[in-house]
Order: sequence, then structure tokens, then C-alpha cells
Amino acid sequence: MFDSYRENTLRYNPERCFGCLRCTEVCLHGVFAEKDRRVEVVRPEGCMECGACARNCPVQAIEVQSGVGCAWAMIGAALRGKEMDSGTCGCGGETGSCCGGER
Amino acid sequence: MAPSSQPCCPSCSQTVQPAAGPVQEIRTTDSRITPANRLDHFLARWGVDRMGHRVEPGLYRLGNPTEDSPVFASANYTLSFDALRSALAGHDGYILVLDTNGINVWCAAGKGTFGTDEIVRRITLTGLASVVRHRTLIAPQLSAPGVSAHEVLRRSGFKVEYGPVRASDLPEYLAIGRATPDMRRVRFPAADRLVLAPMELVHAALPTVAGAIVLYLLAGLPAALGAVAAVLAGTVLFPALLPFIPTRDFSTKGLILGGIVALPFSAAFFMETAASGWAGVPAALAPLLLMPPVTAYLALNFTGSTPFTSRTGVKKEIFRYVPFMAGMAVFGVALAVVLGVARLLGVV
Repeated sequence: MFDSYRENTLRYNPERCFGCLRCTEVCLHGVFAEKDRRVEVVRPEGCMECGACARNCPVQAIEVQSGVGCAWAMIGAALRGKEMDSGTCGCGGETGSCCGGER
Repeated sequence: MAPSSQPCCPSCSQTVQPAAGPVQEIRTTDSRITPANRLDHFLARWGVDRMGHRVEPGLYRLGNPTEDSPVFASANYTLSFDALRSALAGHDGYILVLDTNGINVWCAAGKGTFGTDEIVRRITLTGLASVVRHRTLIAPQLSAPGVSAHEVLRRSGFKVEYGPVRASDLPEYLAIGRATPDMRRVRFPAADRLVLAPMELVHAALPTVAGAIVLYLLAGLPAALGAVAAVLAGTVLFPALLPFIPTRDFSTKGLILGGIVALPFSAAFFMETAASGWAGVPAALAPLLLMPPVTAYLALNFTGSTPFTSRTGVKKEIFRYVPFMAGMAVFGVALAVVLGVARLLGVV
């Protein structure tokens, strides 16, 4: 109940993995861990779909529909009659920004 | 291998030729954070000249680097650059500032401006290969959504090493030569959450003031204060209390917080009108129906400022709760109108 974040679009194909461990390096939420010279998904519910793992996987063993998990951007896109998944966040636009993080 | 030529930016057709030597002068920086820097940070946090907090892209010398000194990549946003250079106090190295349009590392990576193309381009433009003897570039871990390390290696010859999430962990990272699992995990402590509150407040300020004035004219001071309280709850209290409010969804957290904040208003309105018969109950209900959706909507909009909400989840939240919030608000407004009309007619 009241948890919309249990499912996500992260898909991992362990057969392709050759154990470079890049995904364990880039993931902010400890979703991947090493096991027997390969990687396994240990915290799938932690995934925020940032896409860092997929982009840094040299053998395309990871797939995720990455995008900005920002209601401000999605509602804004919907109100402008655009696709909610167009994924362009408002940061950097003239109207202001949703993210002000020191990152 | 670097391509022979590439567009200088996605929007124009001009091309830049990769040069053999340094084509851009190397600038010098240090680790000091001056009062002017602090003022700049403060203004950035309050959204003043939002897109103007920029550092000139290019290569910077920090301390007295040699050709074996490490190279760190950064965004050309003053908060990002200053966090990096101040964390590296006492270290010698180079900072490769990418052109991210004045946007922080994480958001720029999400947009792709802190990305493979810009890294490769900036390495070429600065002639980095002739400045240092090694071929390693330390990039912030938060840039990984935009950077493909193996692509950068293939196209520039530079090996991307992801440093820690927080610049403040860099000294330890450099000392032990790797990031510990703890350095790799993102945290969102109270200080990081609260520093975002001013920006949230600035976003909501104009409609809030307008709404409060209208409410003051139509329904009096307590109603206007209720509007301000609902917005403050969503923009300041919510970030502060985020991990402590029950449920995982931001919308339900916001509804709970807004409900609690509405309680004193509800009680006050009841006391005020209870003497005149039936109007006490609807008067008490109005803030309970109107304030939580405002707080919840602002809370939902905070998702983009946090480092853990997925797009799939946020979309689910929007479809689940926004209609509910709208329904509550419409019902609350209808109730308030009925009360107002009754008051005008002298019924209550």
C-alpha cells in the first residue's frame, strides 16, 4: 500500500555479464553485487532508473528505461500537451529548475 | 579514436577540429572558498539568476600539478566546481570543467550534457593528452547516467574512473586508491534536503501570495494563513521531515503532513462557527479538504529533487493521486463557496 516504487523497468541478463563490475561502481543504491565473478541483482527495489548501469555496461547486459523521476517535469510536459515520457526535465529552462542539488 | 571533426554543439553545424596540443589556455584555481563564493552559493540556492552560476569550461590547474597528477572532471556550475576544488585542498591536480550549461553534475548527466560527447570534446579542446602523461580521468559517480566509460576510452584513449558520490570523500578515495561501498551510496541527509527548501519556496511564492491575498479578501486572515501554512508544509516541512513521515509515496506523505497542519485551522474554524449551528462542521471540514492536497502536490513535486525516485514510480504516483488531490480540492472549494453564500445570506 502507498508504495508506487516497487516495480521498475530494470532488466538484467546475467548470461551476458563478464564481471567487469562497472554497474556495482556506478549504482547509487547498491542494486548490484558481485557473486562468483559475475554480478547479480540484490536490491531491485532500490533502482531509480537513472540508467548509469546500462550506459556503462560494455556488453549490454542491463536494460532500463531511464528517465527523470520528477513529477514537476512530467506534469509540466503533460500540461503542455507533450508525452510524459519525453523526459526533458525543466532544469536549465527559462522557467526555473526542479533540481538544485550540489551534485 | 577521436573523430576527425564534430559539431561544437547539438544546435549548430559548425565543427571543431581536434588539435594536437593545448588549444585552450590552462587556467589556475585554488581550494579557497571566498565570501564572494559563499554569496554566489547562497544566491544559487535561492534561485537568483538561476542559470548564471557558471564557471568557464576548460582545464584548470589546482596547486602545483605535474604531468602525473590526477585529472578530475566537473560541471561548469559554481556549486559543483567549488565543492570539488575545496575538497581537494592540499592536493595537486587538474580539473577538467565541462560545459554543462551551468547545471549540476547529476542533472546534467541526466540530460546528457555531462556526457560522453562533451568529455571527449573537452579532452580534445584542452589538449589534455599533451598536458598529462597518464590516461585516467576521475569523474564524479553522479555523472555516470550520462557517461559511458568504455565509449570515452574508445574515442579519447582516456580511462574514466568513477570517483565517490560526494566530493568530500575524495581525499580518502585518493589515499586508498578506490571508493568504498559507503562512498558509492547516495545519501539524502537533513542538511542536503533543507538546502533545497528555499528553491521550493521560491517556486511556490508567487501563486501562494496571490492565493493568500484572494483568500484574505474573500474569507479573512485565518483562511489566508491556512494557504501559507499548506505551502510552507509542502516546501519546507516536507523536505525536513521526509524520512520520518509514514508511507513511501510522496503524495501520501504530503496528504498526511497537510492533514496534520490543517488540524489547528480546522479546530479554529469550528470554534468560530459552531455557535451558529450547522455551519461548524463544514467550516471544520474545509481546511481538511483544501490544505492537504496543496501540501501533497508540492510534496509530489519534490520527487525530482531527491536522489531515489524512479520515473516509473513517479508516473504511477501522478496517475494514482493527482485526481484524488484535485477531487479533494474541488470538494473543499464547493464547501467553502456554500459557506460563503450562507454567510452572505445571513443564514449562519
